[in-house]
Amino acid sequence: MEQPKPQVKADKEINLKGEVCPYTFVKSKLAIEEMLPGQVLRVIVDYVPATKNVPRSMQNEGNSVLDVSKLNDNDWQIVVRKG
Amino acid sequence: MLDFTEEEIKRYSRHIILKEVGGRGQKKLRESSALVVGLGGLGSPVALYLAAAGIGTLGVLDNDVVELSNLQRQILHGTSDIGRQKTDSAENRIRALNPGVKVTKHCARLDKNNVERTIRDYDVIIDGVDNFAARYLLNDACFFGNKPLVEAGVLQFLGQIMTIVPGKGPCYRCVFPEPPPPGSVPSCQEAGILGAVAGVLGVLQATEAIKLILGIGKPLVGRMIIYEALSGSFREVGFRPNPKCPLCGEKPSITELVEYPVACEEQRQDAVT
Ligand SMILES: [Zn+2]
Repeated sequence: MEQPKPQVKADKEINLKGEVCPYTFVKSKLAIEEMLPGQVLRVIVDYVPATKNVPRSMQNEGNSVLDVSKLNDNDWQIVVRKG
Repeated sequence: MLDFTEEEIKRYSRHIILKEVGGRGQKKLRESSALVVGLGGLGSPVALYLAAAGIGTLGVLDNDVVELSNLQRQILHGTSDIGRQKTDSAENRIRALNPGVKVTKHCARLDKNNVERTIRDYDVIIDGVDNFAARYLLNDACFFGNKPLVEAGVLQFLGQIMTIVPGKGPCYRCVFPEPPPPGSVPSCQEAGILGAVAGVLGVLQATEAIKLILGIGKPLVGRMIIYEALSGSFREVGFRPNPKCPLCGEKPSITELVEYPVACEEQRQDAVT
């Protein structure tokens, strides 16, 4: 497992609170497609299964997951570097 | 992401999830156009799947009206459409399925005077015609116009499909240089066709067209897939460009469009495919 690196600065951030799967991944994917390799995307979700599904799908597409962590009682962040 | 509406994101989510498609591919589909020639047993599933897939512009070409005997296989049309122009009923059905698709109607029969300007504005052409005259005309026009053509034919329990990309592989005439003599090959009208077999081939054509538009996978260029429904088997037969091809060979004898007479048993276009 990768160590959490919450200090990495994100180049883009999207708030997907209220979204469920598969739209959490669909919207994350649409966001990262617009970015350059090496850039970092930070995704905020509140749907717990997305904290497993989004990182897995992001990795399958060749990106690296830098961090998945709980921000507060409801929200999680998923930090991904575009491959 | 900003380029898609919420409605589009939901509608196309299963495409966007695919690695080979994604938002980029979905945008490509939206920016592309395809012409479905013939709105019968092949053209029906082609038009429906291309519309569902979110193709930007869908050209639909047919000169016939819907008849009761069409409905066993031509799933683009319904019972209440009997007597209507097929292009009109196709437009309604496509709109109902996906209002985001622009439908361009060509209520015409292809001939050597209209075929070139009809195909000019489309990225990919799908052959769903039911007679050899139109099939050869379309093959030749797509060769001269440098348009990819997804070619298929069905009869009884058999179907075949091949993708023709000018300069990249054989054309239809490389495999079948000239139309068979009139009357030597029965039409669907006299020989029959299992409706679902036309569906299988039409769905394969739609898939090939989408692959061509997205530039993914390996098109059926130089590879004919033959489906034999009774035995439940698919066979692949490879073809190379034929140096003696009268159209794309080394010494072509066909240098302009030729129109073959439509054999009498093929004249009723609506009765076949
Ligand atoms: Zn040829």
